Amino acid sequence: MISVNDLRKSFGDIKALDGVSFEAQDGRVTGLLGPNGAGKSTALRILYTVLKPDSGSATIDGIDVVAESLKARSQIGTLPHASGLYPHLTARENIAYYAKLYGMSCNVVDERVQKIIEQLDIRDFADRRTKGFSQGQRTKVALARALVHEPRNIILDEPSNGLDVMATRSLRALIRDLRSAGKCILFSSHVMQEVAQLCDEIVIIAEGRVALHDSAEGIRNRTGCDDLEDAFVKAINLAGTPL
Amino acid sequence: MNPLRTVFVKEVRDNLRDRRTLLSALLMGPLFGPILFAFVINISLKQSLSDDSEPLDVPVIGREHAPNLIEFLKSHNINISEAPADRAAAVKAVKTGEHDLVLVIPETFGAQLADTIPAMVEVISDLANTQAQRQSRRAVRALRSYNQQLAAMRLRARGVSPVVLRPLNIDVVDVSTPSGRSALLLGMLSYFFVFALLTGGMNLAIDSTAGERERGSLEPLLCLPVTRDQLIFGKIFAACLFMAVSLGLSLVAFYVMLKFVPLEKLGMTPNFGPGVVAKAFLLFVPFTLLGASLMTLVASFTKSFKEAQTWLSVVLLAPTLPILIVSILMVRPSTELMLIPSLSQHLLLVGLIKNEPVNMLHVLVSVSGTLIIGGMVTLICARLYRREGLLG
Repeated sequence: MISVNDLRKSFGDIKALDGVSFEAQDGRVTGLLGPNGAGKSTALRILYTVLKPDSGSATIDGIDVVAESLKARSQIGTLPHASGLYPHLTARENIAYYAKLYGMSCNVVDERVQKIIEQLDIRDFADRRTKGFSQGQRTKVALARALVHEPRNIILDEPSNGLDVMATRSLRALIRDLRSAGKCILFSSHVMQEVAQLCDEIVIIAEGRVALHDSAEGIRNRTGCDDLEDAFVKAINLAGTPL
Repeated sequence: MNPLRTVFVKEVRDNLRDRRTLLSALLMGPLFGPILFAFVINISLKQSLSDDSEPLDVPVIGREHAPNLIEFLKSHNINISEAPADRAAAVKAVKTGEHDLVLVIPETFGAQLADTIPAMVEVISDLANTQAQRQSRRAVRALRSYNQQLAAMRLRARGVSPVVLRPLNIDVVDVSTPSGRSALLLGMLSYFFVFALLTGGMNLAIDSTAGERERGSLEPLLCLPVTRDQLIFGKIFAACLFMAVSLGLSLVAFYVMLKFVPLEKLGMTPNFGPGVVAKAFLLFVPFTLLGASLMTLVASFTKSFKEAQTWLSVVLLAPTLPILIVSILMVRPSTELMLIPSLSQHLLLVGLIKNEPVNMLHVLVSVSGTLIIGGMVTLICARLYRREGLLG
C-alpha cells in the first residue's frame, strides 16, 4: 500500500506539489491523471525516493520514504519516465544487474531472471544486446528489471509512452495480472482512455493539487459528465474547489 | 554480492564491450606516446647524424678564381656542383628554393689574397629555411677553417707562432652520464604515461553521470535499494582499473619501442628495463584514483557525453602544467614537491631513468599524498552524486 500525506515540493518559485494526499490500495490499480506539468512525475519521484519533499510524508507499506529510503526502495518496482537500458549488455544481463542490486544472492538471480523473462514474454530477444531494440522491447525489459525482485508495490511513470497498439495491450494485460496477484499498482498517464480502461481508482492532479479522487464511475457522477474526457477537463478547471 | 562489487563488475563488462572505450583505453592512450616519441627521436637522429657524414653539394660561381679553396672544400666532404650563370641568377635560384645555397667567388679573389686584403667570398642562402641554414652553416664552417689555415701559414711565414692567436684553451668537461642525458629527452615520458592513464578511464568517468543521464538509465538506477555512494565508488573503481591497464600497456609499449630506437647514437642509454617499468607502474598507479575521481567530478557538471568530452580534454592537459613549469625552472626533487600529484611521479620517474638511488621518503610522500588527494576528490564526487539536482 502506498500512502501520500500532504506532500509539498517547490523548485525555485515553481510549486510543483501543493499539498497532495492520496492512497493506493493493494490489489487495485490507481491512476494518477493530469495535464503535463501537473506534478504527477514529481509525486512519483518522491515516492521512489529520488526527490525529497519539502514537507508532508509518504509511506510504502508503512515505511517512510524519507526516513528509511533504502528499505522503502526495496519494496517497490519502478519504471521511471526515462528508463534507459545498457546497450552493450543483453536483456538478460540488464535484468540480472538489477536483480543483484536488489540484493538477491547469486544462486537465486539466474532463476528469478529466467522467471520474469518467461512471464513478460521476452525469451525471443533475451540474449541479444539491447542496442537497437524497439521501444516496445525496451519497455518490456525495463519492466522486467523493475519487477524481478517481485515487489508488492509497483510505480509506473507514463509506461505506455511510445508504445504501439499491440505493446500497449500486452502492457495492460500485464498490469491486470499484477493486480490479480494482489499488488499495489500506481501509474501516471495523461491519456484518459488508458486510465479509464485500467484503473479502479483515479486521482486527478492539477496545479500540484488533487482535484478529484474516485472511481471512473464516481468521477462521472460527481462532475455530471457522461464522457470521461469532459469530466477530466471539468475537474481540472475546478481544481482547488471541492466538488 | 556487495553492491559496490556488482556495480564494478558490470561497469568493467559493459566497457569491455564498448568499442569507443577499448579504442581509447587499450589502443590510442598507450600507443599515442610511444609512436610520437619514436617519430620525434627518428627525425632528430636523422638530422644530427646526416650532417657531417653525408657529402654536401655546393654550387660555386667562379671556381676558377680559387683552385686551392676548391681543393680544400672537396677534401672536407663538399661536392662542387653546377652553379647559376651569375650572382643575380644565384640570388633568384636561392629565393625560389632551387638551391639551398650558392657560393660566389669574385674575380678579385686571387688578387686580394695576394695583397693580403681580406678576400671577399659570398655565401648566398635563405636562413629562414632550416635545411638551408644547416647547410650554409656547414659551408661557412669549412670556409672558416680554410681561413684559419691561411692565417696560420701567413704568421709562420713572418716567423710568428700561430699559437699567439689562441690565448685561451677552452675545454668543456661534460659529466653527464648517458642515462642522465636521456633523462632530458625521456622526461616527457611521464606526461605520456599520465595521458595514457587518463584516456583509459575517460569514457567510464563520463558514463557515471553524463552518460547514464543521457541514456536515461540514471533514474531507474537511483531507485534501487543501493546507496549512491556504493554506485559512484563502484564506477570510480572501475575507471581506476581501466586507467591502470592503460598505464601498464603504455609502459610496456615504451619498453618495446625503446628497443627499436637507436638512442645510443645520440649518446643516451636510458635506464628503462623491466625493473624500471614495474617500479614506474607502482609509482603511477596511485594517480588512477585521482584521475578517475577528477574526471568524474568534471563530467558530473556537464549535460551530455559530448560536452563532457570537451571539458575532459582540458583535464587531460592539467597534469602537464606542473611538469612543464618544473622542467623550465629545472627544479631539483624535494620532499615538498612530492606532495604535488603528477609532478612527484614525474620527478621520481626521471630519477629512475637517470639510474639515481631511490629516495624512499619521496616515494612514500608521493604515493600517500596522491592517494589522499584522490580520496578527497572521490568524496566530493560522492557528495555531488547525492544531490537532488543530479537527475538534471
